Parts: sequence; C-alpha cells; structure tokens
Amino acid sequence: MPQSQQQSRILANDPLTAEVFRLTVYSPEIAVAAAPGQFVMVQVSSSLDPLLRRPFSIHSRGADGSISLLFKVVGRGTALLAKARPGDKIDLLGPFGRGFDLSAAEKPVCLIGGGMGIAPLLFLAQELPGRKHALLGARNRDELAPLAKFFADIGCAVQLATDDGSLGHHGFIPDLLDEVLPDVSQVCTCGPSPMMRGVARKCRAAEVSCQVSLETHMACGMGACLGCAVPGRDGSYVHVCKEGPVFNSEELPWEL
Amino acid sequence: METLDLRVRIGALELQNPVLTASGTFGYAKEFEPFLNLNRLGGIIVKGISLEPRAGNPPPRIVETACGMLNAIGLENVGIERFISEKMPYLRTLTAPLIVNILGDSLDDYRELARRLDEVPGISGIEVNISCPNVKKGGVAFGAVPEMAAAVTAVVRGATRLPLIVKLSPNVTDITVMAKAVEAAGADAVSLINTLIGMAINAETRKPRLANIIGGLSGPAVKPIALRMVWQTAQAVQIPVIGIGGISTADDAVEFFLAGATAVQVGTANFYDPSAAEKIVAGLEEYLQRHNEERISTLIGALDTGGK
Repeated sequence: MPQSQQQSRILANDPLTAEVFRLTVYSPEIAVAAAPGQFVMVQVSSSLDPLLRRPFSIHSRGADGSISLLFKVVGRGTALLAKARPGDKIDLLGPFGRGFDLSAAEKPVCLIGGGMGIAPLLFLAQELPGRKHALLGARNRDELAPLAKFFADIGCAVQLATDDGSLGHHGFIPDLLDEVLPDVSQVCTCGPSPMMRGVARKCRAAEVSCQVSLETHMACGMGACLGCAVPGRDGSYVHVCKEGPVFNSEELPWEL
Repeated sequence: METLDLRVRIGALELQNPVLTASGTFGYAKEFEPFLNLNRLGGIIVKGISLEPRAGNPPPRIVETACGMLNAIGLENVGIERFISEKMPYLRTLTAPLIVNILGDSLDDYRELARRLDEVPGISGIEVNISCPNVKKGGVAFGAVPEMAAAVTAVVRGATRLPLIVKLSPNVTDITVMAKAVEAAGADAVSLINTLIGMAINAETRKPRLANIIGGLSGPAVKPIALRMVWQTAQAVQIPVIGIGGISTADDAVEFFLAGATAVQVGTANFYDPSAAEKIVAGLEEYLQRHNEERISTLIGALDTGGK
C-alpha cells in the first residue's frame, strides 16, 4: 500500500448542487494503492494561504487510474477547490489511513451514510462483492438524489431519508435501521457524529459489528503533526489519520 | 563544474548539508519515507521525547491561521523506553545524522534523558526543548528564565558528550540573553525559534478554537520574527545558531544563513509538503551554482547591511 505525492490532472469537477461537487482527478499511483475508507490530502492552493492541505476520503475509483472526491463548500479551502477546472493540476498525497475491514463480513454489509459522510461509502460499495445495501440521508432531495443515483447505478439497494422529508423517509437514518439489522453482519457508517452514535448504539444492541469513519482537522495526514487526536477508549488518544479514519465503534469511548 | 560543498559543522558534528527537520514536524522520520530520500537531509530531529509517555492535550489541537497554524499538541510522545525499543531500530538504518529532542519537567528529568540517550548507538546529537514548565519551580518555563535555561543546559552537558543544541523559545523579552546563558553553560549550538504563543477565537460561537485556548504559532507567518531573532542571536554568541521559523523554500533558508544561521530546520512545511526539506537541499545547490559559490559556509552571516 505505497503512498505517493502526485501532481494530478483534473478530469472533471461536477457540481451536484450549488454547494456540493464531485472532483475527478487522474492519479493512477494513488488509485491503484487505495482501499475503501482511506483518504488523500489535497493542496487547495499553490500560495501559502490557506496553508494546509485538506483531507478528503476517496469517493470512488475509476478503471482508468482516476479517483473522485466528494466535497461541500464550507470554507476557504473548499471554495478554492470548487473553482478547479478540468485540465488544471492539483497536488495529492496518499492514500492514508486505515480503511474499512471487511475480512470478517459473512452476511451482507449495510452502508450507512449521512451528508458528505456518504463519500467513502460509494468506493466501499464498488469494492464489495455480492449483495449490498445502503441507507443514505441528507438535508433534502437536492443533496441526496444525485448521491443516491451513484449507488443505484452500481447495483446497490438504497433506502433514503431526508431531514425535510423531500425524499424518502422524513427523519433520521437510524430510524430505518431496525428492520435491516437482522439481515446484516457488518455495518459501515460515516456521517455526523449524532447519526453515527445512533447507528453504533443500535448495532451494539443487535450484536452487529459497526465500523465508523471519523472526520477531524489534520495538518499532515501521515501521523506527524498529531493534530487529529480524538479520545480513545482507555483515556488515551487515537489518531484519526493513522489508527483511523475507520474505527470499530467499540474502540471509541462513545456512551452507547 | 566544481563540486559544491554544503557541509557545515555544529560543534563536533559535521553535517553533509545544513538542512534539518524540526522536532515535532517530522514524526519519527519513517512516516516521511514514501515522500523523500531521508538520507539526502543534513540531519533528522525527531519528535520530543520525555521520560514517561505523554498522552497530549484534548482536541481540537490545531487550527489554521493566516499563512500559519496554531498547535497545542501537548508534547504527546511515546516516552524514552518505547522510543529506544520501537523507533531507534528504523532510525539506525538511516545514514543522515539523528538528533533527539528531549523535554522534561525537572532538572532530574533532563539529566536522566541525556544519560539514557548517551548510551544508545546511532544518536548524533541532543536538542533540548526548554519551553516546558518546571513543575518543581511552580511551573515557570525553563526557557523563560536565563538561570533556569543555563541550569538545564549544564545538567545535560554533564550527562552526555553528544553534541548539545538548546532550542530557544521566542516568548521572552530578549532572546540573546537566553542564548548567552546557555552558551556559557556548555551548549554547542542554539536553535531558534520555537513557536510563538498565540490564540484563535471563533467569533460565532465565542469559543477558543483550541481546547487548550492558547497554542504555538508556526509557519511562514512567523518567518520575519525568526529571522530577526536569528540575526540578533548570531551577533551575540560564538556558537552556531540554527534557524527555524517558516522555512519552506531554499530562498527562505538562504535568508537565514545570511542572517547568521549555520544550519536551518524545516518545520511546518513538512506538513503541507512532505518533500520540502529535500527540495530545499536541491534548491541550495542550485543557488550556489547560480551565484558562483562553492561553499554554503560563505553565506553564513554574509548579510550586506551597507555598513549599518
């Protein structure tokens, strides 16, 4: 799983909504090395401001040496990234971190994503053999519909929920989980913390293994800055970039 | 073409070139192996080590600022036992000199760390972080009082014959006073600057952006301050000065040499460009060629102030 630094050519930067973009880059070395759940560090500016790279999980991998990243404009870094155009070069480092572990999954895997947390689950769905099922949630239809289509396009069954009820279930993803859990051996989730906690709580009650993918600020992505620490189970800290970003929910001190 | 000579000397330690990596920005070096040739570097300074492992501060620990970043990592490290057993075997395979940064809460801590490291093969030097609070003296930072900085230097000097660098804090009234104090106490070199204490606030939530409230500012934003302090310090002491602060290009490094630095450390730049240090080595060679110089040492202190 070698890591590399690659000047990557932008193939497309598709707006999915006014704020959400899918950036596709030609980055064959990173693409071939990547596993679902891993992330890359993206240089958003060639100037010194903003200074730091931004971490993005790999959203999908193309057969042509490309990878895509999903992002929402939330600050200066993502605003700059939204302006990137096909043909531009962008500097990527990666792939970093511990991805999803599917070695123990015997029965179908259920993927549960909320908002931009849906990003790494598409790559996971691409790589999973056999029947797969995704529960996807977002604020509204505009945001959710294009993302849901990516999953449907690769033959993944989807159930949807929106905060405003404009698409699918009116409410939160964990509401949908009860009827699904008896049929799965593994849940993989990424999204807002309250959602992931709710998912992890239900998984524990049903004795289903739950892997969660965390997001934090980080300066380097490779275990040097130690800026991405989050509390671990025994009072110590774990580093999202190296021990994560994917954790078994039992490794985290969540009050489940 | 004549051979370029990038060698510099820090006490008894000869470096093949003057580009080192700053402690706390380069992990234990192995993390960077995919991104650069570690043996092209003048030296590697690893994450600061204490006697016991430290868990570090609660998150958030870092925040980006204009052309820089604040950190309050809290000196998280594996402790000296695990450093020697887990990190040294890899570090020993490198040909680039290894300098180990140490930190403690008391003079006894520093003495014991230096004594232990003195026995470990594969270590070329010790850098002492004196920015930590002295728990036995009411928590005043060793690096804030000249007598205490001198005392730390003296106990480490007494415990090891390894080349000894003392890393100075810029959070003092006059850094040259600190430099002179540690020089008199036996330091072979001083390195500066450590981070500048700063803070960031979220106006919307009215909360500090770091859990620790305050943190250390680093990155290109601090370079002019670092350059000024290196310039002043180089005129105040006889021992080599190692420049640190916002260095991300070869030109940045050259500026520090002209101000009087004998070597430089690349810090925050490692985070956003993990091959920065190697690029700087290559850039220095290119600089010498472009200026028809053979030796990097001719740049040291060569600032042209027009007689001022």
